[in-house]
Amino acid sequence: MTTGTSVGALEAPSPVTVPAARQRTRLPRSPKIITGAVLFGIFVFLAVFGSTLSPYNPGASASITNGMPQPPSAAHLLGTTNLQQDILSQLLTGTQPIMLVAFLAGVIATVLSIVLGVCAGYFGGLVDDLLSLLINVSLVLPALPLLIVLTGFLGASSSANDPLIALIIAITGWAWGARVLRVQVLSLRSQDFVESARLIGERPWRIIGSEIMPSLIPIIASSFLFTVIYAIGTYASIAFLGLVDTSHWSWGTMLFWAQSEHAVQSNWWWWFLPPGLAIALLGTSLALLNFGIDEFINPRLRAAGLSRKAARGAGLPRRFRLGLTPVTARDLATGKELSR
Amino acid sequence: MTTPLLEVRGLNVDYGVGPDAVHAVTDANLTLYPGQVAGLAGESGSGKSTLAYAITRLLRAPGVITDGSVWLNLFNGDSSNSIDLLAASESQLRQIRWSEIAVVMQSAMHALNPVYRIGTQLTDVLRAHRPQMSRAERLERAAELLRLVGITPDRLRAYPHELSGGMRQRAMIAMALALEPRIVIMDEPTTALDVVTQREILEELAALRERLGFAVLFITHDLSLLLEIADSITIMYAGRIMEQAAAGDLFRAPRHPYSLGLLASFPSLHGPRVRMTGIGGSPPDLRHPPPGCPFHPRCSFAMDVCREQVPPLRMPARDAGSGRLAACWLQDPGHPTPPALAAEPVLGGSR
Repeated sequence: MTTGTSVGALEAPSPVTVPAARQRTRLPRSPKIITGAVLFGIFVFLAVFGSTLSPYNPGASASITNGMPQPPSAAHLLGTTNLQQDILSQLLTGTQPIMLVAFLAGVIATVLSIVLGVCAGYFGGLVDDLLSLLINVSLVLPALPLLIVLTGFLGASSSANDPLIALIIAITGWAWGARVLRVQVLSLRSQDFVESARLIGERPWRIIGSEIMPSLIPIIASSFLFTVIYAIGTYASIAFLGLVDTSHWSWGTMLFWAQSEHAVQSNWWWWFLPPGLAIALLGTSLALLNFGIDEFINPRLRAAGLSRKAARGAGLPRRFRLGLTPVTARDLATGKELSR
Repeated sequence: MTTPLLEVRGLNVDYGVGPDAVHAVTDANLTLYPGQVAGLAGESGSGKSTLAYAITRLLRAPGVITDGSVWLNLFNGDSSNSIDLLAASESQLRQIRWSEIAVVMQSAMHALNPVYRIGTQLTDVLRAHRPQMSRAERLERAAELLRLVGITPDRLRAYPHELSGGMRQRAMIAMALALEPRIVIMDEPTTALDVVTQREILEELAALRERLGFAVLFITHDLSLLLEIADSITIMYAGRIMEQAAAGDLFRAPRHPYSLGLLASFPSLHGPRVRMTGIGGSPPDLRHPPPGCPFHPRCSFAMDVCREQVPPLRMPARDAGSGRLAACWLQDPGHPTPPALAAEPVLGGSR
């Protein structure tokens, strides 16, 4: 059939012109996500400018107080260590390595988990058997001893090699995401839209890229954020254990020194509390951001145009419940009695 | 006339809230009498399923009911009990659903759990709602329900995958009837099935209705089907009710150009061969509905008033006292009515 022919009966008498739908990105605006984003923004700012902002050299020491750490004062806003090192400077300088390691580890681990998890799930058979074996072995191996061995073996402890440490953390942290992705791909693979793409002869990489990947984005995004949180904890742990060069300032190194000088027993809270809180807050900000991902990516929620604010304005419940379609307040006030 | 079982008044349903909301159903009125089959017909996207789901409050997010009332009038002997389903609490709805109003959906066959036998799933509802029944009684009742819909009782031991699509759909109808509801809402229950199976199921449905006396709200896009099984027919277009009439009246003397177009879209089995005309164009985008009558861009009789004002749904002057309704300016005394829309219904034509 040529494009020129048309059936008369199918032509509309007067075609209705439809204005183009407004395309706008609807960013989630719930308090949780805003809090997470603001907190995270502060940490990113500190990671970039922390060492320039720090008032003192974090390693500079003096012995003027006979080894007694000084509580917070005007000169040292967060007090000092037993060697009179400024804790605020250590905290500010220590932001960059932990953020760098955490995100680098997150990226490497996520790429590893996508490649191995999606391949295992999509290709199945022997490929799946071998990759699943690899994934399961990685899951079963205890992470911390492996980390200690790898840091020692690869010589990361003697130098302050952040990318190498990130790689080591990624190697111990990718398997969880890979396993989740594999299962998800297994179920997506048998869905009709994927099977029909295979039947019309699409190449596997195209099917993975354009049919399967879009459905995986929420999982990948949340798995990335969780891996970053894992990497923050792990980097802090191995620095705390003294496996990283102890003069390379990070929050974990601060905790290492605080622990080795008995800061907790001596009640020198200004020494161990700031790095501990910073780790907790960074983890919290990422977890809060994670909440926003589903709301932002889920097309059903996005297309509905049902922001919480609009729903509240219309007097609707916060959550829709299956089998209890909301009725807006308007008719309850007017229509009910009148209709009888 | 008897009191209606279900009365829908001025129902409005939106998808979404605020300025972006799509008005899927506007000012819908519907009345269902005991034992009656009310048909609801319209093109895809005309709001017929949305209306049915809104009546039962089963509409999913982002569906919101913005106005109207749905009165369910239940009679038990002398006492009558009227409930507004839109104001009902969750526990009230829980009591009404299935025992008073049952719903059979288009893809109902997928609602069967694949790991339980048909018998288990049929007796499950009886165990919950009829606790006084013994196990043997429940099984007997389940076998009886399957027999009702034309499936041999030995299929009780079958798993859903061992049944064909038509049998599964029939099993779902049997499940819907398990608690003897007064209203069964069927949303295109036979769409996924071939015409032979469709015919069998509909015949069984008609026979069951004779025996059990429930009322049916039957939703379909197949008007020819409705003309056979329904007592009254409601035609929907772009979320609005265009015409409401007894099945025979609608068939012989449609009052709305859209009904006329639908009737001209399927061939008659008897009589001379007529060229099918159909309806030109396609349904409007509900996000940007045309001003005035939503059907005017496709209507060959459209006048100036149709482009400006929405016609009210009211009784055409020529059919005074008949109870039928149409939303068309052509039926107004001041406007010329085309002969095709002014036909006299045959006396006694309404069933």
